[in-house]
Amino acid sequence: MIYRNKVALVMLYILGVFLILPQNAYAMHIMEGFLPLNWAGFWLSLVVPFWFMGIRSIQRTVKSAPNLKMLLGLAGAFAFVLSALKIPSVTGSCSHPTGVGLGAILFGPSAMSVLGGIVLLFQAILLAHGGLSTLGANTFSMAVVGPFAAYAIYKAAKKLGAPLQLAVFLAAALGDLLTYATTALQLALAFPAQYGGILVSLTKFMGVFAVTQIPLAISEGLLTVIVFNLLTAYNKHELQELSILSQEVR
Amino acid sequence: MSTLHKNLVLIFFVLVLAIAPLITRGGAEFGGADGQAEKVITEISPNYEPWFNSLWEPPSGEIESLLFAVQAAAGSGFVCYYLGYMKGKKKRQEGN
Repeated sequence: MIYRNKVALVMLYILGVFLILPQNAYAMHIMEGFLPLNWAGFWLSLVVPFWFMGIRSIQRTVKSAPNLKMLLGLAGAFAFVLSALKIPSVTGSCSHPTGVGLGAILFGPSAMSVLGGIVLLFQAILLAHGGLSTLGANTFSMAVVGPFAAYAIYKAAKKLGAPLQLAVFLAAALGDLLTYATTALQLALAFPAQYGGILVSLTKFMGVFAVTQIPLAISEGLLTVIVFNLLTAYNKHELQELSILSQEVR
Repeated sequence: MSTLHKNLVLIFFVLVLAIAPLITRGGAEFGGADGQAEKVITEISPNYEPWFNSLWEPPSGEIESLLFAVQAAAGSGFVCYYLGYMKGKKKRQEGN
């Protein structure tokens, strides 16, 4: 009970901090045509190996444990829902979570490079959100950096003895935040300021992308924990198979 | 605390995070567009011209929100189907 009160208090504090932040910004993926050709090609070439790794990783999972196919679908569907939800943020603009942390914890990060890439492709073609020319850069931030960061944070938190829910929350929330920090970095590299160069640009783009994303990252963390709670309640067997829960009953 | 109670508390926090900005920043635009980053780009390099345009754009804001709603509905449809299926499966196994 005392623990719960503390958690609530911390949340209220974080919330309070954001409510006073005075800033006006928008945030989301990099728009079509807004990365110079050489940068677009650079990020795309970085992403391709992750797609190959991801496809192989998914094939392995499906082959060794066909019963996990539906759960893999859940991971993809979760990313699909979350990236469709544009949520208002304290900066007075909207952005959306990514939803890739869940799948990264369940199936490993490279599987999400593929699923996240599919979500981005769908949005680029049908919604003019993101873009085909910036697909490589957006995949790198949302489907490579996001899931790999989430996976590493989850493993580190578990190693340090954090409870499962806390590890899941931190992984999903920080993975989300790092996705948009990466977007800011990508834009700063492509558009260094005339005076001050990349660092000045980075500060500007961070203001646009990262700050708006902070409350959304917290939301994503909470939503991922919600799904994880349900999986722990109904899918104990599958989670044990993926060695998320240890074999003995807790 | 049961799973349901825990999740209700978490959902409450998510709602607070989403609704609070609407109240505290009532006058803001809440533009969803990625326009602000675009503005920063034109500020930094005024001569930049996007070299590629979307192949197809939703013809209106209504169509765009329709497609976003379809995306969310399809995704949550699958998520809820799966969770319900697993819940039923578990119940049946416990019944036997």
